[in-house]
Amino acid sequence: MANTQKHSSDRRMVLTFVGPLALWLILFLAFPMIYVILISFMHKGLYGGIEWKFTMENYAGLLDPAYIKVIWKSVILAFNTSVICLLIAYPFSFIISKIDKRYRGICILLIMLPFWINELIRLNGWSNILRDSGILNTLLIRLGIITSPITMMYTDGATLFGMVYAFFPFMVLPLNNSISKMDHNLIEAAYDLGASRLHTFLRIILPLTLPGIFAGTIQVFIPSLGAFYIADVMGGGNSTLLGNLIKDQFLTARNWPSGAAFSVILILFTLIVLKIYSKIGNLDDLAS
Amino acid sequence: MVHTEKEPIVRLTGVTKDFDQSEVLKEINLDIYEGEFLTLLGPSGCGKTTTLRIIAGFESPSRGTVHIGTRDVTDVPPYKREVNTVFQSYALFPHMNVFDNVAFGLVEKKVPKAEIRERVNKMLDLVQLKNFGTRKPNQMSGGQKQRVAIARALVNDPKLLLLDEPLGALDMKLRKQMQLELKHLQQLLGITFIYVTHDQEEALTMSDRIAVMNNGVIEQIGTAKEIYEHPETKFVAGFIGESNIIEASVTAIDKHMVELTAENGVVHTTGDGFVMDEMVYISVRPENTGYSLESVENFRLRGIVKEHIYVGSLVKTSVMLPDGQILKINHHPDKDLLPIGTAVNLYWDMEKAVIMHTTEDTLYDLIEGALLNRPDLAITGQFKNAQKGE
Repeated sequence: MANTQKHSSDRRMVLTFVGPLALWLILFLAFPMIYVILISFMHKGLYGGIEWKFTMENYAGLLDPAYIKVIWKSVILAFNTSVICLLIAYPFSFIISKIDKRYRGICILLIMLPFWINELIRLNGWSNILRDSGILNTLLIRLGIITSPITMMYTDGATLFGMVYAFFPFMVLPLNNSISKMDHNLIEAAYDLGASRLHTFLRIILPLTLPGIFAGTIQVFIPSLGAFYIADVMGGGNSTLLGNLIKDQFLTARNWPSGAAFSVILILFTLIVLKIYSKIGNLDDLAS
Repeated sequence: MVHTEKEPIVRLTGVTKDFDQSEVLKEINLDIYEGEFLTLLGPSGCGKTTTLRIIAGFESPSRGTVHIGTRDVTDVPPYKREVNTVFQSYALFPHMNVFDNVAFGLVEKKVPKAEIRERVNKMLDLVQLKNFGTRKPNQMSGGQKQRVAIARALVNDPKLLLLDEPLGALDMKLRKQMQLELKHLQQLLGITFIYVTHDQEEALTMSDRIAVMNNGVIEQIGTAKEIYEHPETKFVAGFIGESNIIEASVTAIDKHMVELTAENGVVHTTGDGFVMDEMVYISVRPENTGYSLESVENFRLRGIVKEHIYVGSLVKTSVMLPDGQILKINHHPDKDLLPIGTAVNLYWDMEKAVIMHTTEDTLYDLIEGALLNRPDLAITGQFKNAQKGE
């Protein structure tokens, strides 16, 4: 008897704590998701609405080579962004982990600081610096290093640059977390046992910071797959990515079912990446 | 142990280390001989760990040279030295099991696989961790981790094993057990051990020789017996075991007899090399100190019995001198105790007392001590440094 009473009070506790969270998730995550998946199988209405008749057309439309090219390009770009972020952030985090604890927080703050300003404003700032008549080209011409401006803006390179710039902190934070958690004595112990710098890195430092590498890569890869505004500002009309496709389908073409189908593809990519990650890494590292 | 004809396995010559403009090590000269168990003993911040890290190669000296064998290794990186270290924090690789941890050094040396397996298993057997090869470090207790750390170092057959407070994190009982085990292991393998600790009892238990360090210098180096019975400086006398230390000045010299006058009385003793009016310290162990109701020849030193503490094998008595200094006396519990408050005459075994000449440093300590009682003159730190010619 007492036992059942205890159980029911346990259940009340669980409901009190988990209830609001579950309600939130259902209202703002599950419902919209189901709605997106649902309309991705519907016909487009004549004036932009949805006609509630089942069709596979939207998914068949994705097989258009032009679209496949865009999707492939987005994946490659997201991959390149992750790799470049990793290559810069790794040594960077290592240096931060070595400096005095008192200044470590300040360094992290300095990385985060620009991100308190709206991203579009910062990207437009870069546009001012990099465009043909921008600060950098003007300076180089005045100094006589070049005679005609170098085209930097509105290229794929500019989009990649913008992506790396925008998502760099998402790589630094988990990497820094996992590198500064590593006991520095382990490096000395490896040296002591005769391991060269390279071997110490490969056998000790790399395996121990792998969780951070995974977590950082995921946190950069997933948002770069969907980001459309960076390609808009930095790549101009020249680079269309998966994110741009979705935006265009919803806002320009007013073809919601088609846009929803692209969104479902994006969600699938994200789930696949997370699935791979949960196999080799630890999902808890993502949260930290 | 006679070392004179042997070549040292480690030789530190004039090793000095500066950190942020202050000298952590000052001109350390130290020879360590093959097969010996040498302990660097001192309070935290005395430079003992820095000395060890310089021998291992983790730090390089600001000045001076380090030789291992006949080779000058001052600029040789740690992974090219035939030295292995047992770290205070164990520093086991958390992503490897016990076997791989121990095998790490052998794999780096490209030893054949079969030989690695044999040597690692033999070593795990030696440290009594025979069936633990597949465990991860986080599945082991502190004592077991410590054994893995020792096995991981010893499996490489180092010329020299460096141990940085390896038992610091263990509880008292395990610590005592490991002290003996380490000592036996060292005797069995005949490897030179350099051991760092702040625990004087540990040092006395294990070492062939002890180097007592303080403020970046080696104050005294010798066997446990030498250091305990004949401390050469006030610091050594105070740091190793308990000592009664009495300040006095030389007030009369007659051939071998000297008269020493302290604030609280006069002592006559024998000794050479004293100068009139010189300040000296008399250091005497509590077990060699006694009190009596009758006056004792050569001593004119009176005090009042303050306290008796019975600790089983002995009684610890405190006697207060007129200026408030407490002298500690250890005696057999069978001896009749005088009631608290009794005025007594103090004396000690002349043979066992050590009389130390004050060095410049200890003189400043004296001045500092005097000034510390006068807060209105609180300039002591700067004064001391200024006088040392900083």
